[in-house]
Amino acid sequence: MTDFAREEDFRSWGNVVQAAHAVARPFWRDQLTATVSTGRQQGLALLATGLRRSYGDSVLNPAGGMIDMTGLDRIIAFDPDRRLLRAEAGLPLHTLLDLLVRRGFFPPVTPGTRYVTLGGAVANDVHGKNHHVNGTFGRWVRLLGLLRSNGEELQLSPTEHPDLFAATIGGLGLTGLITWVELELTPIDSASMDVENIPFDGVDGFFALARESEGNFDYTVSWIDCLAAGPSLGRGIFSRANHSESGSPLPDRGNTRFSMPLDAPQFAMNRHTINAFNAAYFRNGKRKSGPARVGIHPFFYPLDSIGRWNRLYGKKGMYQYQSVVPPSVQYDATKEMLAAISASGQGSFLAVLKTFGDELSPGLLSFPMEGTTLALDFPNRGEETLRLMARLDEIVLAAGGRLYPAKDGRMPARLFQAGYPAWQAFSKHVDSGFSSLFWQRVSQM
Amino acid sequence: MRVIILGATSAIAVCTARLYAKEGASLLLVGRDENRLSQMAADLKVRGAERVEIAVHDLAAETDVGAHLSGFITQLGGVDHVLIAYGILGDQHAAERDLVAAAEILKVNFNSAAAWSLATASVLERQGRGSLVVIGSVAGDRGRRANFIYGAAKAGLETLVEGIAHRFADKGPRAVLIKPGPTITPMTEGMNRKGLLWATPEKIAAITHARAYRGGSIAYAPGFWRYIMLIIRTLPGVIFNRMDI
Repeated sequence: MTDFAREEDFRSWGNVVQAAHAVARPFWRDQLTATVSTGRQQGLALLATGLRRSYGDSVLNPAGGMIDMTGLDRIIAFDPDRRLLRAEAGLPLHTLLDLLVRRGFFPPVTPGTRYVTLGGAVANDVHGKNHHVNGTFGRWVRLLGLLRSNGEELQLSPTEHPDLFAATIGGLGLTGLITWVELELTPIDSASMDVENIPFDGVDGFFALARESEGNFDYTVSWIDCLAAGPSLGRGIFSRANHSESGSPLPDRGNTRFSMPLDAPQFAMNRHTINAFNAAYFRNGKRKSGPARVGIHPFFYPLDSIGRWNRLYGKKGMYQYQSVVPPSVQYDATKEMLAAISASGQGSFLAVLKTFGDELSPGLLSFPMEGTTLALDFPNRGEETLRLMARLDEIVLAAGGRLYPAKDGRMPARLFQAGYPAWQAFSKHVDSGFSSLFWQRVSQM
Repeated sequence: MRVIILGATSAIAVCTARLYAKEGASLLLVGRDENRLSQMAADLKVRGAERVEIAVHDLAAETDVGAHLSGFITQLGGVDHVLIAYGILGDQHAAERDLVAAAEILKVNFNSAAAWSLATASVLERQGRGSLVVIGSVAGDRGRRANFIYGAAKAGLETLVEGIAHRFADKGPRAVLIKPGPTITPMTEGMNRKGLLWATPEKIAAITHARAYRGGSIAYAPGFWRYIMLIIRTLPGVIFNRMDI
């Protein structure tokens, strides 16, 4: 429990890096201090891990020791009047949804998977389809517990140790072990969503819809067909929604229907299958466009309906690439990126485009900033894939944008440092007993 | 539904308690660590439990088991299910030489659990309904060098619970022995836990919870262990003794 045991094959969601790790699995809060001190005595640089939905190396630490926090999943206190929930850092969002939705509450921000722990949501300052309304997850964190490697236990908030709080929100677990989180919840009237899906023909269409929708819809997102070329470049389906005022009070079951039992063969994801999928998805979206009332799970977590969907990408795994570029250049930069991807023929079928609002992110390393974010995933085809991403890096760099560490397994240090000008201020708060493969890579001068 | 859980902080008990909480049951959690029991109680209340009581008690101490059990029942205001979920794996290798350590493994896993089972059986028999659910182990099916002292205790417990089920047969109450295969819990920390034979405590809890309602005196968890253990039990000694399992 407080000991570190070697696990041969410990991976993140992207499956690109397969390395052995020393892993401890504490179960109770009173074991955390002993876990951290055991790790330090063994000379291991530590890192917390949750459900490992981070794609790259921000949740890997092969030379050090991982503290798997999923055993710490207890609720500590729930105050419906003040809309506050305090829970251990390993509590997953899917459990929270199960408990909250029927009581008329919703997480203020949810990412595209419900398999994320509270600690992970804080450490990556996750965002969702309502960024233009609620900003990032960290804006709703009222208090959190942090255990430093010297054994010190701190309570952080925007007013208590505010600098360390700002470093810990979005701080990729590097400022110490997040032990518990207190979150302010959002009230909802029902467990249903009023959704409207609108097909659009190109990047212009997307921006027009985004502008038109943000005032009246709490949630907006769109899927784009990133293999479409020429006049169809950037075609897609824009989706906008609000919580229904009069829908079902009980959540849909949202059970995973099907789980990938093993890795798909490498040839399953090639330009033809992805192209065919995208074209069919677009046609289907067009056919089903218009308003509809749906449950929470199909709207927020469509991918969670396939367990271990990352196995679709085969043994070599996949890369995610999520960028954000500022409003002044968002139109041109987005078009340029889509053209580069389309020309390369290495499309992904999970391309997502969304505008971020101007709510300031509370973390020194928070990814979201005002502008447009594009998220893509690419089957790992080695050099060819890395070359395409290097080309995209240049566009992001020139646009003054940045990449999302939770999705990244390869961004060059110079891109990280340019995109996160507060990184040096952040590094002063990094706990000397904590580290990650990501941090070792991007903090090099 | 009123449920007493003896050894409430064990991983299988924690998951089973959550299933009871979800259906709005009232729970009494018994264990040694007050702090952990309180943390668990707070969690179960938000997860839907109507009432959660805790009692701090060393269950392996076999003094006044009957009196303590009545105290627990009074504290909860009655009882429908009793789950006995504590146990220690112990250090087999050390216990082969250190008879005090061996006795401790037998005492915790068998003697004390048997006492609680017998005390519970009398209460359930008197009230004419209710379930006694005891966590055993596939390790009780055949002695293996890796854990036969623990296995012997669990085998004894199986015979005992089977007997209680027989005693209940023409009466109202139920007695069930759950026999988990290897499970990913703090008890098995440090073993190589990869592979299809390892189950999560959630899976074992689902079977435990269902059997508490349904009965059936012996339940392998997951169910396929029934067939694996059938093969292992029927292997002739000359073959079994050459195997490294």
